Amino acid sequence: MAGKMIEQERYTCAIGALQSVVAIPKALPILHSGPGCGMMVRGFFERSTGYAGGSTSPCTNFSESEVVFGGIDKLRKIITNSYKILNSDLQVILTGCTAGIVGDDIDSLANEFREIGRPIVTVETAGFKNNNFVAHGDVVNAIIDQYTNKFIDENPVRSEKRTVNLFASIPYQDQFWKGNLRTYKHLLEQLGFKVHILFGPESAGVTEWQQIPRANFNVLVSPWYGQSIVEHLKNIYGQPFFKFPHIPIGANETEKFLYTLLSFAEENDTPLDYKKAKLFIKHESAAYYEELDNLATFLLEFRYGLPNYVHIIHDAGYVVGLAKFLLHETGIVPKEQFIVDNTPEKFQQDIRTDLKGISTKKNVPLLFEPDAGKVQNIIRDITYDGRGLLIGSGWDKELSKEKHFDFLSASVPSPYRLVLCTGYAGFHGGLRVMEDIFNTVLASYR
Amino acid sequence: MKKIDLTMPEVEVRETRLGSITSFQGSAGELVKCSGHGRIQGKKRTFSQCIDCSISKAACMVTLIQDAAVICHGPVGCASCLHEFAFTYRVNAPLRNVAHPTQRRIFSTNIGEEETVYGGGDKLAETIRDVYKRTQAKAIFVLSTCAAAIIGDDIESVTNELESELGIPIIAIFCEGFRSKVWTSGFDAGYHGIARKLIKPAKTHKQDVINVINFWGSDVFTQWFAAFGVKPNYITPYSTVESLSHSSEAAATIQACPTLGSYLGAALEQEFGVPEIKTPPPYGVLQTDRWFRELGRILGKSEIAEQIIAEKKATYLPQLEKIRARLEGKLAYVTAGAAHGHALLSVLRELGLKAVGAAIFHHDPIYDSNTQKADALAQTVRDYGDIPNYNVCDKQEFELVNMLHHLQPDVLLARHGGMTLWGAKFGIPSLLIGDEHFSMGYEGLIRYGKRLIEVIENDEFVKNLAKHTANPYTNWWLEQEPYTFLKGKK
Ligand code: SF4
Repeated sequence: MAGKMIEQERYTCAIGALQSVVAIPKALPILHSGPGCGMMVRGFFERSTGYAGGSTSPCTNFSESEVVFGGIDKLRKIITNSYKILNSDLQVILTGCTAGIVGDDIDSLANEFREIGRPIVTVETAGFKNNNFVAHGDVVNAIIDQYTNKFIDENPVRSEKRTVNLFASIPYQDQFWKGNLRTYKHLLEQLGFKVHILFGPESAGVTEWQQIPRANFNVLVSPWYGQSIVEHLKNIYGQPFFKFPHIPIGANETEKFLYTLLSFAEENDTPLDYKKAKLFIKHESAAYYEELDNLATFLLEFRYGLPNYVHIIHDAGYVVGLAKFLLHETGIVPKEQFIVDNTPEKFQQDIRTDLKGISTKKNVPLLFEPDAGKVQNIIRDITYDGRGLLIGSGWDKELSKEKHFDFLSASVPSPYRLVLCTGYAGFHGGLRVMEDIFNTVLASYR
Repeated sequence: MKKIDLTMPEVEVRETRLGSITSFQGSAGELVKCSGHGRIQGKKRTFSQCIDCSISKAACMVTLIQDAAVICHGPVGCASCLHEFAFTYRVNAPLRNVAHPTQRRIFSTNIGEEETVYGGGDKLAETIRDVYKRTQAKAIFVLSTCAAAIIGDDIESVTNELESELGIPIIAIFCEGFRSKVWTSGFDAGYHGIARKLIKPAKTHKQDVINVINFWGSDVFTQWFAAFGVKPNYITPYSTVESLSHSSEAAATIQACPTLGSYLGAALEQEFGVPEIKTPPPYGVLQTDRWFRELGRILGKSEIAEQIIAEKKATYLPQLEKIRARLEGKLAYVTAGAAHGHALLSVLRELGLKAVGAAIFHHDPIYDSNTQKADALAQTVRDYGDIPNYNVCDKQEFELVNMLHHLQPDVLLARHGGMTLWGAKFGIPSLLIGDEHFSMGYEGLIRYGKRLIEVIENDEFVKNLAKHTANPYTNWWLEQEPYTFLKGKK
């Protein structure tokens, strides 16, 4: 999973997926790792403590003696005492580099606790093995295998025809995860689905995780991350999956997302009121375009300067989703685009094809490059006429200044922008992106 | 083994070099007494939470050097919080008159499974070359990580080879997390690298320059020093590779925080002949008096020191009286790193508050200067009396939460992120001041006092938060003694 050196990291290592545990209501991550791993993760995401992340998470804090003799005994004590000190519904042990190299057998240890009825899960997240995009899938699959499966008798496979499990934004890695997940859940409920959203305040917590098998099928909104989850569910429960390969932002893509989802549901015998569902989409779309009508005059006539082209430095889902949205729904033209999520080779061609579909008239250059420092140098050397917009992470603020770009911070690390439950997905998400971009532009006039 | 040996690539961690501990329960006076009598023994905890890594401590000192680049040799995770220092650098630059703060250059070698099997030395060498090409940095620092250390990469040889190849200092810093529970060992590791490879023996001595080892706080020293006709040479934030190399030429070294600068202050004195002002930094009236006197003495300008002391006291002491009247008798709890924690304990007691306890991240029985004179905890106990419930605790949140629950102070004073949250969750007004210079000197007491009054009086937010916030801790735990999980107890 590694590769060449990276300047200006936009993601972290596998143990960063502890944030996916933090995002499950009342779940407790337990780190079997060096003393700094938790702090590195907290520092990367910032404002991400949740219920029991950050300084609350138990950790073995490997020292020399654990490196030499192994850390199992220490971990056993810490788990035992975690149950006394902290309330939690689910415990997930994540290993760091030290434990990974030393080779501690945490699964046997976890069994000791499972035997006395504890809901405990183990997952290997040594930083040198993977990054957090990939490890997110590993964490979810580990919970499914070691926790969800224990409740399979009460939750017969595909027993609820209208229910889906939804996998999309990675908690915290996508700073708009809460808002996006809420949006997906709301939209799908309006179509008539029952949705297991699994993470964040809209999730029912562990009971929802127990009921994963009941779903008729799974929904994946992602170009590649999280695909291992829906493939796994297909293997073990025979649930098919519907994949939408980028974040649906604005009306065009959200409509496409919802209509294709409805067709998929129909093929899979989902008893929905399809007519009503389609009326809902029409209604939302009409409301959206009412706003766009209001905005159009501004976009067309504002005479003091608006951005006319954009570079995006982000993960694949956002690069494609934002580029399509900006071109068709704001008129800002996507120039060179940069995907910095370390996309595995096998997905790259599909992503290219997806972006190619943006317009028959355009060819948007696309580069996969996790070394964002290198990306910045490339952007430094490109010039276009007109006013540029750069969408990226906090790292890109200085480059924007240098290039006189308008700058929108929309990815981690995010030291210059606070995101609570704002989302960019869906109809409203698109409107929010416009507000954010054009407010930034207007703020430049003083 | 010598404590300071610049011929060695690594410096020993604080546990072995200074006998530092991360657990203790008792009173501050007891701890001072034990420290004076040889080694104190820390106890072990049978429960622990995420702490901190030496890497980030070493990194903050080298990342903020204006013209250096930093490579973290390990998986991406071990460098992932370092963007915070890029932010710090940019935001605090105006405080230090850096008009155009440049992008911090922070890299990860991004090692993977393959390197853990075959070694990461080649990749490191290749990265150093690429980084040099990309940044043209004046020096490159290489931080080691747990993974790199355990697989046994010979970082020292690689950096030495590349140093001769590229002709700039390439400095290996050994700061992997598992080596030390005292994460401030990372400061020592960073400074050791600077001392052994950047600082050059002095050719001339400048009587008008004083080294100030500190973080990135506001520039209070320029003004203070001006009266003595000297100026500060700040180490290391906002310094340059060139200015650091001349640190050996200064007339003296002072430290804003002995936890931070212990090692470098001593190295500059012992290896480069720059005398170190060992009395603790100027927090509280009594210590500020002492500190100015010591400065005057070292510079041979005692009469100026006396003049400053007299003038400043005439201005500030009457104001201080007024502030004291409003804070008298309020109960405070402190959580902070060692030396700054001691400083806060002096400040708050000078302001008339009562310290009901403290959770201090570690304890150094003695600093590298090897003198009792530098002991800031002893000083605060001497000046203001003993402190009960003095807990040495490496950011163990569960103990802090338990303590706050039992002691219910009127205010929580913290330095270091993540800790004020728990004051607020219990409805206790909480204050974190990042700028370590904020409460220094006589005027600092006024500043801090005013801020404290504001925080205590405006408690609507924390009271509301306390009503609604989630608390993952069990009732059982909150009712136990705070030290239940220190080994030797049950
Ligand atoms: S693996 Fe080791 S070096 Fe890296 S963050 Fe964790 S504790 Fe620090």
